[in-house]
Amino acid sequence: MSEERKPGFNTLAIHAGAQPDPSTGARVTPIYQTTSFVFDDADHAAALFNLETFGNIYTRIMNPTQAVLEERLAALEGGTAALAVASGHAAQAVVFHTLLEPGDEFIAGRQLYGGSINQFSQAFAKCGWTVKWADTTDAESFRAALTPKTKAIFVESIANPGGIITDIASISAVAKEAGVPLIVDNTLATPYLMRPIEHGADIIVHSLTKFLGGHGNSIGGAIVDCGTFDWMASGRYPSLSAPSPSYHGIKLAETFGNFAFAIACRVLGLRDLGPAISPFNAFLILTGIETLPLRMQRHCDNALEVAEWLRGHDKVAWVNYAGLPDNPFHALAERYCPKGAGGVFTFGLKGGYDAGIALVSNVQLFSHLANIGDTRSLIIHPASTTHRQLSDEQRERAGAGADVVRLSIGLESVEDIIADLDQALAAV
Amino acid sequence: MTHDSYTDAYIRDILVRHRVIAMVGASPNPSRPSSFAMKYLLAKGYRVVPVNPGHAGKTILGQPVFARLGDIGEKIEIVDIFRNSEAALAITREAIAIGASVVWMQLGVRNDEAARLAESAGLKVVMNRCPKIEYGRLSGEISWAGVNSRVLSSKRPILGAKGGQQRVLRSDAD
Repeated sequence: MSEERKPGFNTLAIHAGAQPDPSTGARVTPIYQTTSFVFDDADHAAALFNLETFGNIYTRIMNPTQAVLEERLAALEGGTAALAVASGHAAQAVVFHTLLEPGDEFIAGRQLYGGSINQFSQAFAKCGWTVKWADTTDAESFRAALTPKTKAIFVESIANPGGIITDIASISAVAKEAGVPLIVDNTLATPYLMRPIEHGADIIVHSLTKFLGGHGNSIGGAIVDCGTFDWMASGRYPSLSAPSPSYHGIKLAETFGNFAFAIACRVLGLRDLGPAISPFNAFLILTGIETLPLRMQRHCDNALEVAEWLRGHDKVAWVNYAGLPDNPFHALAERYCPKGAGGVFTFGLKGGYDAGIALVSNVQLFSHLANIGDTRSLIIHPASTTHRQLSDEQRERAGAGADVVRLSIGLESVEDIIADLDQALAAV
Repeated sequence: MTHDSYTDAYIRDILVRHRVIAMVGASPNPSRPSSFAMKYLLAKGYRVVPVNPGHAGKTILGQPVFARLGDIGEKIEIVDIFRNSEAALAITREAIAIGASVVWMQLGVRNDEAARLAESAGLKVVMNRCPKIEYGRLSGEISWAGVNSRVLSSKRPILGAKGGQQRVLRSDAD
């Protein structure tokens, strides 16, 4: 492959990180279903534990199947390195564990997946990390939330439960002024639709469970290091810039340059907290990623058709999908994700909460479950499920009010998707 | 050439063809990045000669330390600079004087004047790179750490001579 030409996205989706197995010639990445790895000799073992050389020790910390997935994700996002972990929640926990000390604050856009809202307001509070909420649609609200204790800013690129496209560049400007890294959850978009690094993201997180894995079979998460934040110059993140008490005083940012953050997440957070991804899950997710470009485009194309059809339905009060031309976020969608606005969106039923419950009970082809980003079309009523633990006000602010139904449009023939909604709505 | 980026072929050629490295600014402190790089390169079979006036006459990782490049008796092929960008110019002049083939400056070290000087004297120059990271990237080892090696290949990686957890650089002949 000529080095002057950069490989296309579709090529990276299949090949990045993978080469035939050197000992057997196996073309597809083997599933290294092993907990441990034999050292070449005692010196090699010591060098591995000291981070002096690259290699495999123990699947809680690294695994060759997982490594292919990590390099694949880094390549697709345009980052320097990545770390795969057990779940999207784990990815977020490891990121913040690496960045924050007790007493620190971070700012998060409040239009978020309900699980992230719970994690930030409940679990992180227990660690002494305080979330300050801002309005994802208003960069000034992030600026207003800054304090001397702010250490990071967090947003979703396309916000769950759907409809909001984040103006990442404007929030990145706030992060850069404040000298803090910008973390972007790119789960709903995937790098096929949008690459947050191009708009100022420093760290990207994913729930691999969703569109990247794409087949609803494996829980997984990932952290991608964009390699853009100068940890040494900042000096406010001791895990990166101070002598590491875990590794004989090396400064990770000095030793590992522009992939130090991913390394720190692995050798500190993952090592000590332990949310490791299963090699088998990594393999399934990797296989799913090979068809990411095809799948994402079909998700978007189907979703647009379904959204347009719903908008004309007399039982539907509103449809919130940025792919629709009159949606308030349509202009941002054309700028940030011109190929499509994603596969997830919400709509409101005129019959309110009870109509929502009835609808999810009536569908035959749609699966009523808590997930997004499957080949199968999925439906859920967030107010009674994923966002149930929030207050009414939090729910409304998160776009999960009483009448809201969330769809994750799959890859079925679009006529069948629409027919199922048609018959289910008829009985509402 | 512009030193904002290097092709993989340029870096690979340097690391495959040149096996004797003088590391200027080598530190006896095992926590320093120079110590990491030196240990790794020695394990990959490179001859690494540490240069550090503060430790001349002693050893680092078993290798005798010299005060200056000019004091080294053997032929040096790569001068690897672990000093700051300002110091790189004087070191580059010494590298030219001792007949080295390559001036290599570490991560964060870049001196375009030194680069021009070296290139006009017929030397190759690499700046703001670590040979350990580049070797790891091009051999495939760094991929075990989830790092984007930017290598796309359907060729089998080459195993190291001893043990399964080692890779070696693929030369043009492979």
